[in-house]
Amino acid sequence: MAHLVRSSKTFYGGVHPAEYKGASEHLPIEILPLPHKVVLPLSQHLGAPSAPCVKVSDTVKTGQKIADAAGFISVPLHASITGTVTAIGAFPHPNGRRMEAIVIEGNGTDEKEPAMSMHDPLSLDNSPLKQAVIAAGIVGLGGAAFPTHVKLSPPKEKTLDLLIINGCECEPYLTCDNRIMIEQADRIVEGIRLLKKILCLKKAVVGIENNKPEAAQSLAKASAADPEISVIVIKTKYPQGGEKQLIKSLTGREVPPPPALPMDAGVVVHNVATCIAVRDAVVDGTPCYQRVLTVSGDAIATPKNLLVRNGTLLSDIIAFCGGTAPNLKKVVIGGPMMGIAAVTIDVPVLKATSGLLFLSEKCAISYAESSCIRCGSCVRACPMGLAPSTLCGLVKKRRWDSLKEEGALECIECGSCAYSCPARIPLVQYIKIGKAELNARARKK
Amino acid sequence: MPEPEKSEPIALLAVGPSPHLARSDDTQRIMLSVVIALVPAIAASIVFFGFDSIRVLALTIAACVVFEKVFLKLFKNEGRIDDWSAVVTGILLAFNLPASSPWWLILTGSLVAMLLGKHIYGGLGHNPFNPALIARIFLLISWPTCMTSFPKTRFMADGISSATPLGILKTDGLAKLQASLGGSPFNLALGNVPGSLGEISALAIFIGALYLFYKGYIRWHIPAAFIGTVFAFTGIFYLAQPETYASPVFHVFAGGLFLGAFFMATDMVTTPITSAGMLLFGFGCGLITSVIRLWGGYPEGVAFSILIMNAFTPLIDRYVKPARFGKIKSRKP
Repeated sequence: MAHLVRSSKTFYGGVHPAEYKGASEHLPIEILPLPHKVVLPLSQHLGAPSAPCVKVSDTVKTGQKIADAAGFISVPLHASITGTVTAIGAFPHPNGRRMEAIVIEGNGTDEKEPAMSMHDPLSLDNSPLKQAVIAAGIVGLGGAAFPTHVKLSPPKEKTLDLLIINGCECEPYLTCDNRIMIEQADRIVEGIRLLKKILCLKKAVVGIENNKPEAAQSLAKASAADPEISVIVIKTKYPQGGEKQLIKSLTGREVPPPPALPMDAGVVVHNVATCIAVRDAVVDGTPCYQRVLTVSGDAIATPKNLLVRNGTLLSDIIAFCGGTAPNLKKVVIGGPMMGIAAVTIDVPVLKATSGLLFLSEKCAISYAESSCIRCGSCVRACPMGLAPSTLCGLVKKRRWDSLKEEGALECIECGSCAYSCPARIPLVQYIKIGKAELNARARKK
Repeated sequence: MPEPEKSEPIALLAVGPSPHLARSDDTQRIMLSVVIALVPAIAASIVFFGFDSIRVLALTIAACVVFEKVFLKLFKNEGRIDDWSAVVTGILLAFNLPASSPWWLILTGSLVAMLLGKHIYGGLGHNPFNPALIARIFLLISWPTCMTSFPKTRFMADGISSATPLGILKTDGLAKLQASLGGSPFNLALGNVPGSLGEISALAIFIGALYLFYKGYIRWHIPAAFIGTVFAFTGIFYLAQPETYASPVFHVFAGGLFLGAFFMATDMVTTPITSAGMLLFGFGCGLITSVIRLWGGYPEGVAFSILIMNAFTPLIDRYVKPARFGKIKSRKP
């Protein structure tokens, strides 16, 4: 198997937004100084919120478990600094609501909870490796925050033949995955080999967009010793890093509509940052309490790629990056295509927060919705082959049955439709509303 | 439960749904680009018809913009007057009129286009039919003489009104047509023939359309299917009976086919949204145009064909859908 391959195969649809990666793609990762306080929401992942196992005024060490997983699709939560639990209650969450969270005030030290490290984990059986991942509270760090161990537990009837590693980072502005691929390729490769071992898979491919040549070279070099890992450089196109789109680009396979999963196409996809988290959990026994994220935008003094502790407040990160410009208009948590606009800067970063964007009035224009001129841009942009303008119309008319027939539940909410709409209709927002209604109706039945 | 922390907003942040980026072209810019793309054809019409062309264009555009403003207000429509869509309709309507059109014909046409063509349905984006073509057909059946007597171009021998090449073909037959064209196919492509203001120069229309192709605002499917079908359909009959039927090359360059195929049948609002739907739409337009030209009562069928296919657009969009992701069977590992 050739090692570094270029491929022109890609998925249908998609858009080409300006990349805005120049401000931070060459900046080495810096470590944010320990915050005085962290706010750790119990709901940082898809699935049931974690259940607290500490109480107010308990002292905790860095890496100590403070909440248990509440079911299979859930993960435990760990203290990200050393100090005292000062509150357990509702605090502002990046999703705009107040959500249950554990607050820790630091004592200035960074005393680590003793961890169990494994020597030569590849020689071990699968099950202790998977247990280490479960105990570490790892979620998909690309942004979806789906509990990683669930994707490592394929049902017996599903046969897998390929592990796909997502190094696309197709969201504009974001460069944290690019930096870890350049700076920590060895750890990523260690993680890939552990994931292969856990899933009993021989082959792995890493998909990287062709706007990150340095990252591709770095990973190809680091994985040179393993002939069963190859790096494939694919077209830069949003949403290339969408799970289904990446599978299509790399293998030509199409994951069937929901409830089918990538496993039904014989593959499992994990993000490059998740590989590092798996490696750290297994090799060092370190749980998931820190990550690299990108701070960028035209209204922050110095853009950075930062290693931050889970639960660090945006205000602390802003201070470290030299403050915001007076014309700051919008703060986006995540990438500009799928991220959430923050209501306040008193919210914490989560396990899956890949970026913080500080945008001025110039970049954060709000548009007035006008009439659809039926140009079809959204139809050509939709990577799922849907007709967003039609779906939007059905939502407005509350025709829920037709909405379902037209495939609304297949929408991956990438936002390509709304991006491409010349009438500035927030199409993906309408579709999300429709999906929420369809899901609520399905639950009622 | 402890007191939630008080958050002090340092400034009011803007919030809104993702995505937080949008492509730069909006409706206004698309419409303005269509106006720019029509400039070569405007120039050609001025070259061939002189001041009359400027008079008709200016009056039609002004009337359409004024009526647009009036109806936006009257129907409490939140649409924007500055989106250039009324200017596009104005130019396209003027292109469908003879250079000799009297002022009342122009005003009536503009009123019909904006009211019956557009605002009665709710304004921009809601009209099922092309507004300029609605007006053209309204005028054609109301004042057929006005709409079918065309002044000769400035480069033709005498200045009296005459019929279009398609009109000559319909009423006087192929021999007369060949005599009137003087054996020069270039006159037809350049536009040095009698006809309505903007339809005569296929070349100027095509140059303008290239700009829209470059910008990605129109796609090849409808024009290619439309013109290709007319060429193939008329070509079959020409090959069978060359003494009765005009050549497919004549049919492609004659009348309003280029104007219709590149600027009217590509109107986003009134045509299908999928590529396959567009091909079907173009094929239907080509078929109906050919049938009307060869056997219909009218010499020209482009306007009728587009309006008829406009009526089919909702049906086409209903049955011709994009290919949904995941319907292809995955290779079993």
